Amino acid sequence: MAEYTIVVGLEVHVQLQTASKLFCGCANRFNPEHPNTQTCPVCLGLPGSLPVMNRKAYELSVKTALALNCNIARFTKWDRKQYYYPDLPKNYQISQYDLPFSYDGWLDIAADDADAPLRRIGIIRAHLEEDAGKNIHDESGRGNDSQVDLNRTGTPLLEIVSQPDLRSASEARRYLEELRLLLTYIDVSDCNMQEGSLRCDANVNLHVHSLDGKHIPTPITEVKNMNSFRNVELAIEFEAKRQYEEYQRTQQKLGDVPKTTRGWDANRELTYPLRSKEEAADYRYLPDPDLAPVTVTDEQVAQIKTGLCEFPADRRQRFQDAYYLSPYDASVIISQGLSFADYFEAVAKIAGDGKMAANWVTQDILREIKERQLTEGTYPVPADVLGTLLSQIHANMITTKSGRDVFQILLDEQNEATVTADRVMQIIEENGLKVVNDTGQLTAAIDEVLERSGSQQAIDAFRGGKENAIGPLIGQVMKNVKGADPKQVREMIVEKLK
Amino acid sequence: MSIVGLSAVDLLETMRSGDISAVDVTTAHLDVIAKREPEVHAFLHIDSDGALAQAEVVDRKRKAGGTLGSLAGIPVAIKDVICTVGQPTTCGSKMLENYRSPFDAYVIERLRAADAVLIGKTNLDEFAMGSSTENSAYQPTCNPWDLSKTPGGSSGGSAAAVAAEMVPLSLGTDTGGSIRQPAGFCGIVGMKPTYGRVSRYGLVAFASSLDQIGPMAHDTRDAALLLEAIAGHDRRDTTSIPQPVPSYSANLEEPLKDLKIGVPFQHFGEGLDSEVSDAVNASLDAYQQLGATVVEISLPYLSYSVAAYYLIAPSEASSNLARYDGVHYGHRAKDFDDLIDMYAASRGEGFGSEVKRRIMLGTYALSAGYYDAYYLKALKVRRLIRNDFDKAFEEVDIIASPVSPTPAFNLGEFANDPLAMYLADIFTLSGNLAGIPGMSIPAGFSSKGLPIGLQLQGPPLSEDKLLRGARMYERESDWKQKRPLLS
Ligand SMILES: [Zn+2]
Repeated sequence: MAEYTIVVGLEVHVQLQTASKLFCGCANRFNPEHPNTQTCPVCLGLPGSLPVMNRKAYELSVKTALALNCNIARFTKWDRKQYYYPDLPKNYQISQYDLPFSYDGWLDIAADDADAPLRRIGIIRAHLEEDAGKNIHDESGRGNDSQVDLNRTGTPLLEIVSQPDLRSASEARRYLEELRLLLTYIDVSDCNMQEGSLRCDANVNLHVHSLDGKHIPTPITEVKNMNSFRNVELAIEFEAKRQYEEYQRTQQKLGDVPKTTRGWDANRELTYPLRSKEEAADYRYLPDPDLAPVTVTDEQVAQIKTGLCEFPADRRQRFQDAYYLSPYDASVIISQGLSFADYFEAVAKIAGDGKMAANWVTQDILREIKERQLTEGTYPVPADVLGTLLSQIHANMITTKSGRDVFQILLDEQNEATVTADRVMQIIEENGLKVVNDTGQLTAAIDEVLERSGSQQAIDAFRGGKENAIGPLIGQVMKNVKGADPKQVREMIVEKLK
Repeated sequence: MSIVGLSAVDLLETMRSGDISAVDVTTAHLDVIAKREPEVHAFLHIDSDGALAQAEVVDRKRKAGGTLGSLAGIPVAIKDVICTVGQPTTCGSKMLENYRSPFDAYVIERLRAADAVLIGKTNLDEFAMGSSTENSAYQPTCNPWDLSKTPGGSSGGSAAAVAAEMVPLSLGTDTGGSIRQPAGFCGIVGMKPTYGRVSRYGLVAFASSLDQIGPMAHDTRDAALLLEAIAGHDRRDTTSIPQPVPSYSANLEEPLKDLKIGVPFQHFGEGLDSEVSDAVNASLDAYQQLGATVVEISLPYLSYSVAAYYLIAPSEASSNLARYDGVHYGHRAKDFDDLIDMYAASRGEGFGSEVKRRIMLGTYALSAGYYDAYYLKALKVRRLIRNDFDKAFEEVDIIASPVSPTPAFNLGEFANDPLAMYLADIFTLSGNLAGIPGMSIPAGFSSKGLPIGLQLQGPPLSEDKLLRGARMYERESDWKQKRPLLS
């Protein structure tokens, strides 16, 4: 029996891709090279300025919450979360406190054991708030090298709070991957952790299994400053070990000490204590008197719902059902993102063979994309071209081996414009790759090869029980008859020698 | 001919007839300012050159036969808490001593569009917190009727500037009576419109859910004219009311038929000066003679309004004023050790004691563990007060009361007793809590020659009715003819 269970809840902040900021008309764009150029009196918090909600940002949030199976509050309001920090020009953040616009959702993720059923991770709430700016360098407030960039101030930020349903570091990582996949699918965020459009804090504790079968919860730690999914995984793993050691040393249980905050040091691969929550700010939440509450009707929610695309989880299942893909293949394709799944589906439809299409796109195409370092959404061979090629294989018009040759010729083609479905047929024609179904021609070729004096040794060996001995004979026949199906040749030789 | 002391309506008529130019009007008022400002201290900034330039533009436009705005050539003084490009916006605070707003408030845009002459910025209690202008970081303003008295506040500068005939019109702001009380103390007309009737865009916030900009003038005709110019829906203020603005001047002279006036007599008790009470009763008699009925009404929760107000307003203020930290703009202390110390030192030096007191009150009320008992409870009381008014307005058209329990008090009188000054706002605070319009009109003088105001309040968006009701009485009385004796 394991010594403990890891319990993790994630707080994820996602920047929404709107044209303008949440409460003003400034452009919402990542632009660190030109600090403080995307600002106005409202996002600078100048005296006399007033916020006006960007309804588009709200609708995008509702869209996201619906994709996360959340309930949408018909009435929601804005609250000021108050704390002093130089990157927060009003010294309060417009956020949502007791009436978030959405709550009680879930996201399904694969279990650690790939054959186990999906794990349903609860989502407590998702609320909308304005992002803060960015402090640069020295934060003592003393030096002249302290600077603040307020381009990011007021960017719509969605905070998605999960239930503490995650039971391992890898599960936490998969939750983030699935969340990113979903949000990029529905096109609400680019979820770029390096640029900060997706940020994640983890609440971690353990349920220590005692000898008498009880589960003893350890104090909760909030882990911050993780800048990649991999680091989230590492930080949780580290934190679990650290907490277990601490529990063994101190026997401290949940409630014995206040919640603590720790930072992740990616270089040293460890967590270290940040300020204690006990001394942390009392945010003195106040309903924002400058902003009217937001209401939404059932019709408006339904309208947003109809605008939603197929979610990754649904598509993954559909690929298994409609194209007979293994769960693994379906997963690999879906996890590459929306464009890749679209590409696969286009290829599969033309090819008439989903399984074959999956093999080609997950192996040949992915390999080429990697080798050529193609940007997302661009492919070495257009979908209709690959589809046409595979359709020829599927229809036994060419052999798989010939198909690979054609594929290579297409890849080597200098002019992209010539890589067309017609060109596929042309290449097959030019190289005489069409499968020869004419048994007369094959019989003649086989007879000719079997009659060669050099073939006798192989024939004897075959008759002596070595089935593979006829391999070279098949090769010789193939050489003479381009486009012959090796399987068919083998069958005919075997028939003859029996 | 005499220009100074004329109403805006009369000045407009005279300019239209060609007898005088806009430059004449502005020059005459600048002369009065030059003469009386050393005694009254109504202004924080006087833009003589800018004002004359604007007046010249009006004259040129008129000469060229161009269309002119509704306030063409009329000098208007602006309370220095309203953002105005080209002039300072200090809020009466050291914190914003050198602050220049890069944008105009909505009301300033409207005044510019109406071709008004923005003659200067008037004194106020720091960030509009106070009832005497003594909380200004720069100077106290004196009451033109008696220079040893306060003009009231926080719009004391705007009230004194009109009373001293330095300008025919001014803009004030009213969060708990800051237009009505100084109007009453200075013997002029002042109106706090319905919450949301005038956009707050560009009004530096004190308490966002209570603040409202309004007109101050010699009479109701001028107040109507100015309100017409600044009222209206503004998309940049989501609390602004999306309803068309009627012409307040159009039927101003039409008396209200079957006018029913309610009076909350039970609140006229302790602390109410007998001369104030007499003046209010006399004005009620006058209304009755004009055919109105006067009935007693009950506003049971009115007595809780001071308590509720002094939780809600400071709570919002503590949040609204958090941005003044010396990081991005405004006063920054020279000596500090670290970031926290920089905040503390900058705010400690930049704010005056009343502002600090209210920030502390609000911070306390919003703190974890106190929020429900204080802020939330105050919001509940606010709802009850609004219900009181709603119920009253089912029976009456207008509620009449004193504006303040006493005429203008001595400068320095409440320096060490802020609570007593808070309590003097008992009749006005509830109007802000309920969001209803209210106005102060001259209703007589004390035996010492200090003006006494009458407050009229109406249901939401009843500004036209209120103005007409006030005009009925104004026409019958000649209080507004009387002007302070100044050099
Ligand atoms: Zn902006």
